[in-house]
Amino acid sequence: MHPLLTRNRLGLYLLAWVPLAATSAYVLVTRGGLGWLQATALAVAVFLFYAFLCLSAWYPCRATPLGKVSFVRLLLTHLSAAVLISFAWTQAGAALSYAILSPEKFEAIRTQFRPQLNSIFTIGVLLYLLSVAFHYVLIAMEDSRHAEAQAVEARVLARDAELKALKAQVNPHFLFNSLNSISALTSVDPAKAREMCILLAEFLRMTLGLGEKNTIRLSEELALLERFLAIEKVRFGARLRVEEAIQDESKALLIPPLLLQPLVENAVMHGIANLPDGGTIRVASQCQDGRLSITIENSFDAESTSARRGGLGLLNVRRRLEGRYEKQSSMQVNTDGDRFRVQLSLPAESGASQK
Amino acid sequence: MTAPGKKIRALIVDDEELARQVIRELLQSHPEVEILAECANGFEAAKAFAEHQPDLIFLDVQMPKLTGFDVLELIGTDVSVIFITAYDQYAMRAFEVHAVDYLLKPIGRERFEAALERAKRRMGEKMPPAHELAAAARPPQQFLERLVVKDGTRVTLIPVGKLDYAEAQDDYVALASQGKKHLKQQTIAGLEAGLNPDSFVRIHRSYIVNLERVVRIEPYGKDSRLAILTDGARLPVSRAGYARLKALLDERK
Repeated sequence: MHPLLTRNRLGLYLLAWVPLAATSAYVLVTRGGLGWLQATALAVAVFLFYAFLCLSAWYPCRATPLGKVSFVRLLLTHLSAAVLISFAWTQAGAALSYAILSPEKFEAIRTQFRPQLNSIFTIGVLLYLLSVAFHYVLIAMEDSRHAEAQAVEARVLARDAELKALKAQVNPHFLFNSLNSISALTSVDPAKAREMCILLAEFLRMTLGLGEKNTIRLSEELALLERFLAIEKVRFGARLRVEEAIQDESKALLIPPLLLQPLVENAVMHGIANLPDGGTIRVASQCQDGRLSITIENSFDAESTSARRGGLGLLNVRRRLEGRYEKQSSMQVNTDGDRFRVQLSLPAESGASQK
Repeated sequence: MTAPGKKIRALIVDDEELARQVIRELLQSHPEVEILAECANGFEAAKAFAEHQPDLIFLDVQMPKLTGFDVLELIGTDVSVIFITAYDQYAMRAFEVHAVDYLLKPIGRERFEAALERAKRRMGEKMPPAHELAAAARPPQQFLERLVVKDGTRVTLIPVGKLDYAEAQDDYVALASQGKKHLKQQTIAGLEAGLNPDSFVRIHRSYIVNLERVVRIEPYGKDSRLAILTDGARLPVSRAGYARLKALLDERK
């Protein structure tokens, strides 16, 4: 759809043609000897017609976007269009004069302006080319507005993913199961029950606190994971084993808060919980060549299809990374025998954690 | 109802040690209930059941490999079951629909007493069929991922992708998978309801076939056809079955 074909824009566009019509009406009166009324009617008719003809420049402009086609082709397209359109205009101008004026006046005008026919034709060509330039500006404006809308949409999606990720932090399953463990411990091992209450409280407090920040140090996230895994260890006992390989330099690097927590939760829920004899969760991080790589790996039951679930959590992590780092980050998910592995790579940023 | 003085013999099945601990503790004030065994997974549960023939089972729903529903399917329905779950909206709905008693973790004393009381009153009543419970507990639009079969004391899990076809045999279905046949006590209609209709077709009153296994269809007599499978098996295809098969194949094109 032509961008000018709305009531407001079309009005403004036609307004721009008024000076041209007024000038030519003046010329028709002073040099053509027409009355004001007839001169105005003729000038308005001719330029109104041309104003609409020039709107057609939008189509060749769309078809030959700047910078994407060769200059020669650009020139050829618009010049040939200009010649055609201007020719059509001069012919239509003559026809309109014939229709509006009496035969004597028409003859008079024709003799008067015949020597200027070439100039009029050239003016038509130039006006059309002006319209081409104008349309290119219009298209560029539309494009940039479109790009902006897309960027906004991408940001909204990323933000959405962030919110979803944060909301999903405290999984009700986790909470109920932990409470059940605590309730079991109260009679057999009250000290342990208290310890677990404290772990759970710390975990919840950290989740709330970290979730409000924009970025946190990896060490802060690891402290959260430590609480989480300590709680799950009470529940799963010897079935849950944890290995850590954290490079010291990586600890101070910044990551989005609660990025790893859903991955570790998946590792427990879809990995360890499905194995009667349990398994190992391995968390590793490393900083190399300006990139931070983090690996979360867990044993899983290769025969159970439920290991492939948790796709929503993975999708959210991916969206958050994309929203924040765009193409600067990557996330790989693969399985290797009975190991399920998620590898993240993001730019190594250091500094203080940010609100 | 159990005769007075006779002990209620119970099993506790949960993969978490602490969760079993809670049940054990809550049962301490009930000398009329004797704990025969504690099981940490479904396989142990099926074995313990065959060994002890208990009156009552406390059965966790979410366990590795075999869920609580799978266990019920293996041991049959002639036993009182109190299901235990942490939080599972679908499982809870399934229990409510089928009026089966269940306990939510963490388990409170009062709720536990009520469930036990109810179980005693209803002892000897049949549980609803396990596959119906399991079907009601599946989130909408989800189908079976694997089938659980008991061959004597052995428990076999067949991922649905490895099921070639199923054949109705009276009250049983024979499940053909990787050259072997496993008998399972279920109706073919019940099985059909749990399988993804995009992959499995009822080609005959007595046959469901895995679409992936069909190599070709041959005419056979008037109005009927034969489906030839990758392993060479030849299954009858009824007229209605052929229409269903054709519709599905056309959809896939």
